[in-house]
Amino acid sequence: MVENNRWGNILAHTLLILGVALVVFPIYVAIIASTHTGGTFMRGTIPLLPGTEAINNYRTALLQGRSSAGTPPISLMLWNSFVMAMAITIGKLAISLLSAFAIVYFRFPFRIFFFWVIFVTLMLPVEVRIVPTFQVVADLGMLNSFAGLSIPLIASATATFLFRQFFMTVPEEMLEAARVDGAGPFKFFKDILMPLSITNIAALFVIMFIYGWNQYLWPLLITTDPKYYTIVMGIQRMLTGGDSEPLWHLVMATVVMAALPPILVILFMQRLFVKGLTETEK
Amino acid sequence: MAAIKIEGLGKVYPGDIRAVQDINLDIADGEFIVLVGPSGCGKSTLLRMVAGLETITEGELSIGNKVVNQLEPAERDIAMVFQNYALYPHMTVYKNLAYGLKNRGFSQQDIDERVQNTAKMLEINPFLDRKPRALSGGQRQRVAMGRALVREPAAFLLDEPLSNLDAKLRVQMRVEIKQLQRRLKTTSLYVTHDQLEAMTLGDRLVVLNQGRIEQVGSPMDVYHRPETLFVAEFIGSPSMNIVRASTFANKDNQEAVKQLPEGTDVIGVRPDTVVFEKPAEPHLSFDCEVKLFEPAGAESHLYLHLLPDRQAFTMRVEENTAVAEGGKIMVYAPLSVLHPFNEASGRRTD
Ligand SMILES: Nc1ncnc2c1ncn2[C@@H]1O[C@H](COP(=O)(O)OP(=O)(O)OP(=O)(O)O)[C@@H](O)[C@H]1O
Ligand SMILES: [Mg+2]
Repeated sequence: MVENNRWGNILAHTLLILGVALVVFPIYVAIIASTHTGGTFMRGTIPLLPGTEAINNYRTALLQGRSSAGTPPISLMLWNSFVMAMAITIGKLAISLLSAFAIVYFRFPFRIFFFWVIFVTLMLPVEVRIVPTFQVVADLGMLNSFAGLSIPLIASATATFLFRQFFMTVPEEMLEAARVDGAGPFKFFKDILMPLSITNIAALFVIMFIYGWNQYLWPLLITTDPKYYTIVMGIQRMLTGGDSEPLWHLVMATVVMAALPPILVILFMQRLFVKGLTETEK
Repeated sequence: MAAIKIEGLGKVYPGDIRAVQDINLDIADGEFIVLVGPSGCGKSTLLRMVAGLETITEGELSIGNKVVNQLEPAERDIAMVFQNYALYPHMTVYKNLAYGLKNRGFSQQDIDERVQNTAKMLEINPFLDRKPRALSGGQRQRVAMGRALVREPAAFLLDEPLSNLDAKLRVQMRVEIKQLQRRLKTTSLYVTHDQLEAMTLGDRLVVLNQGRIEQVGSPMDVYHRPETLFVAEFIGSPSMNIVRASTFANKDNQEAVKQLPEGTDVIGVRPDTVVFEKPAEPHLSFDCEVKLFEPAGAESHLYLHLLPDRQAFTMRVEENTAVAEGGKIMVYAPLSVLHPFNEASGRRTD
């Protein structure tokens, strides 16, 4: 592969550049579109150069949204999404860390059975259980609330499973040393197991945050009050709400802003992964 | 510091696996006991039962006059050094040492004083701020020792603590552990399968085989007077030559054989008690063929085949011994240094 084949190189790079362009182009269009006035789009050609309305568009989107169609300002929807995603992420991490801890370190009746029950739910995504879950949430009066948005999505087989696999690689002597050192189960969990899992926690944090942030169907079902609209479903409401043409420039500004928080989370957490990857501690 | 009393201790693992059985041992306060035995004989299991990491299924264990069968490891006031050290990888050396003290509710000042003292004693004070992964194997070993010492426990339990070190470091640490134990006078239980550690470290040696005690005694007693055929073969390096009556009871030896205790059908001969010159005292003589001469400085060995059975036989020789490989020679062993055994019972006959 080190062989210096000029035409091969050119071909490879052309393909790579095409691939990148394919991925980047829609994002580029979204960013460009968010800098033009609403009218530009109606003329049928998509502008390829930045317009002058960026500040205006973003300000309108953030502070007013499309109030005529009943969608709240983007800032509120961003906040709602953030609260929901954080609640789901932290809830999932807490529950899965604890249940993996129980499954790996405690001998209780039907331990294996419970593990398999959790494992089997891996095959049941939200969409499959959405109707019964909706019924339960409605009966509990949790429609139009943050609790309703996040709690049903918290149980996580994936994270439990991953933490279990990780805990099983922690040497048994670590637990024994801690026992001799006078650490009870909770201290062992807090002082030894959690710090050792930090890379895994960071990775799952990112994955779970994006999972929570991107929830679409569930918030669409259980929120009717605009106060609880999340950004991802809000985009849809902006498109269909009202009777005028979609305000593409505002929609695009919203899309760009909706994509930002997951990127920020990745950038922030990436420092933790890299640290974890370079100083493997085990 | 405390005495340890082990009475009828046994461990049955699920599936009726008897890993350890019928262990009786009185360990005096401050005594250094070494447990040896072949792999799988139950050394670790016994040690871990004393530590409280393995439940005791039979018998009674007391530490300092208190029955501790049901107590958690932390409540037994013991400290353990693990074979792979089991240091907490995310904590600095300082925190590794301090963790046990912190959990026991020591004040910050006490902790600091003890950690600093222990670190100084083990010469690990330059590394207190490092994490274990930034230490060499030998330094990690010291930290593991430190984590045990810092608590000043009633007893130290060590499970092959030196087996991950290279040969030279192992010798050095062995000497240090011995000196440390002499100075601190803490009751210690040390598991090893290394001959030298077994012979040099302990006040008393406990030889285990298949979960049972074969012999307990000072290392020199065990070496010079093994009670069973198993101990005779296991202790000593190179191991003792075990010769069957069919080989040694030939016409040359008829007089000497009569002097052996009744029931003797196997004898043990340490390689370093075999000689080339016919001794004046009563002795056995062996007809052999030289297979291989292995000069190695202080420890040169000659590998022989006894005739007529061609049984392997080792003797320790001088480095400049002149023997021809393949040649036939006679070697001798005085009766006074032989170890007579009965093969069926496996026990000594004198
Ligand atoms: N958890 C367990 N379940 C069943 N059997 C076990 C268990 N742990 C150990 N054993 C058995 O008990 C016996 C003693 O094991 P132990 O670890 O004490 O040996 P050891 O003397 O320390 O050996 P080594 O020198 O190889 O460390 C072995 O036969 C082993 O197979
Ligand atoms: Mg062992």
